[in-house]
Amino acid sequence: MTHPPSDGVSAARAPAIPGRRPVPGWRKGLRRLWQLRTATLSGVFLVGLVFVAVFADFIAPYSPYEGELVNRLRPPVWEQGGSWEHPLGTDQVGRDNLSRLIFGARVSLAAGFLATVVAAAIGVALGLTAGYVGRLVDTVVSTVINIQLTVPFILLALLFIGVMGPGLVIANYIAVNVIIVLGIASWPIYARVIRAEVFRLRELDFVTAARCLGFSDPRILLRHILPNTINPIIVLSTVQVARFIITEAFLSFLGLGTPPPTPTWGSMLADARQFMFDKWWLPTFPGLAIFMTTLAINLFGDGLRDWLDPYSRNL
Amino acid sequence: MTAYLARQVIQLAVAVWGISIIVFVVNFVIGDPINALVPPETPEETRQLLRRQYGFDRPILVQYLDFARGAVVGNFGESYLFKKPALDLVLERLPATLQLTAAGMGVAILIAIPVGILSAYWRYSLIDNIATVVAVAGQAMPIYWLGLMLILLFSVHLRWLPASGYGTPQHLILPGFCLGVFTAPVAMRLVRSGMLDVLSQDYIRTARAKGLTEWAVVMGHALRNTMIPVVTVLGLQFGQLMGGAVITETVFAWPGVALLLINAIYRSDIPVMQAAVITLALIIAGVNFLVDLVVAVLDPRIRLR
Repeated sequence: MTHPPSDGVSAARAPAIPGRRPVPGWRKGLRRLWQLRTATLSGVFLVGLVFVAVFADFIAPYSPYEGELVNRLRPPVWEQGGSWEHPLGTDQVGRDNLSRLIFGARVSLAAGFLATVVAAAIGVALGLTAGYVGRLVDTVVSTVINIQLTVPFILLALLFIGVMGPGLVIANYIAVNVIIVLGIASWPIYARVIRAEVFRLRELDFVTAARCLGFSDPRILLRHILPNTINPIIVLSTVQVARFIITEAFLSFLGLGTPPPTPTWGSMLADARQFMFDKWWLPTFPGLAIFMTTLAINLFGDGLRDWLDPYSRNL
Repeated sequence: MTAYLARQVIQLAVAVWGISIIVFVVNFVIGDPINALVPPETPEETRQLLRRQYGFDRPILVQYLDFARGAVVGNFGESYLFKKPALDLVLERLPATLQLTAAGMGVAILIAIPVGILSAYWRYSLIDNIATVVAVAGQAMPIYWLGLMLILLFSVHLRWLPASGYGTPQHLILPGFCLGVFTAPVAMRLVRSGMLDVLSQDYIRTARAKGLTEWAVVMGHALRNTMIPVVTVLGLQFGQLMGGAVITETVFAWPGVALLLINAIYRSDIPVMQAAVITLALIIAGVNFLVDLVVAVLDPRIRLR
């Protein structure tokens, strides 16, 4: 909502009519507090997740690659026949599920973060140029943005990855093509926002002042306009990281992402599918990992947005 | 109005043309189409021979014009796999995809409108708080995992509904619900914020002042005006819905266009890939166009922009 309800007016109205009552301050406060708490908790969760992913070699109880077939499809500890040796059980070739989840965080976090960098780099560069230069450049960039945004992101990502394959895998966990594809399929989201932002900024006095001082266009763009677009870039990026994590897992789920034997949350889900009729925990935990990660990122992002942009608090 | 209409038509045409270029470039410039036709151990001489035979050795521009000439009249060539015209294969599967999309949209609307109205009407109440929390969680939920969990609950444990497949109305329930739940949070938030905006307007006070019941005020006066932006944004989100349908189809083995497309991707069946993507894009662009048109008719301010 753009304009908050003016409490002075609503107080003058009959307070007995429901829906017209001024919202008690403590209720609004409660929600703010809840948002703040969830944002903080999410932040802590994410820092912990990054830590676990980075130090997976020391934290995970087993290797994510090796398992013993005798130990295959063990149930988690609280089920009949489970033991603390494998707290979340083992998969179809006897690999420890918990260790695979821990190492799988690497793939998800790396893909989410790096794809966001790619998308933001392309989108911001083109958005800045289109917004500042205008004319033909703007027409061309806007047209490409409109074209790409017509097709669902997932369809483009599937098409690209299907033809290109997962490509080179760096350090076992970073599939280069997956990251490039996710970035290329979603740069227009950045470009659109930045372009609109530049249109607004370039009319402001400080840009005119910079121009009067004889600064070059690149300098004005990079030193004066770009820093003012940082907030929308950050807000957008949190949303994108979560989206990329979900999509990377989906590509892996289809067998189009980081190839085996690298453990990924998506491929664990795919492996679980054939056993889900009597082993409910197999599809549950990888999905829960994806869900909790994206939820934490979204909640953290909401908190960040409120902090960076106080106007959105009234929603 | 005519100028507005013309601009929209041009935009539609450009969008579809651009997508045809993307699809062509992906398959013929980034990928090597010959890989789809021969086993990987084929020697280079044989490949060259086949390239000449299929015309893949001609200049890219010539190949594109060839492709475009066919695509305009719906001829994408024969499927490498099924030896049938690719477009026919896609059109055979289209009704299933449209059914799923419609069901998902229906479920989303049935959830979003009542919940959105209640949350806005009793802002910051228990129901609003619960709805907000569920919506935030719903937006973070990977739709394919939601699908798997629905199968686990309703097919494996409760044995109420089939886990996958197509044909009877029962088969549509789980995928439709899955897609609807995926779409509902965004729609719910739209209805809520639209409703909040409208409820503080003067004409609502007037409606109350002339003694209308709360029901008449909310359902008759407020909801109507809330619906214009909601319908616009939902219509423009149709692409998102289609994207969700693509994922849902793979989880529930729903035999729609997306399942065909993914199998075509696995088998490098280029004509089918092209026909499927362009058909879906055409439908989305068409829906967006219709939404723009309806909104322009409803709201004269837009036409003049």
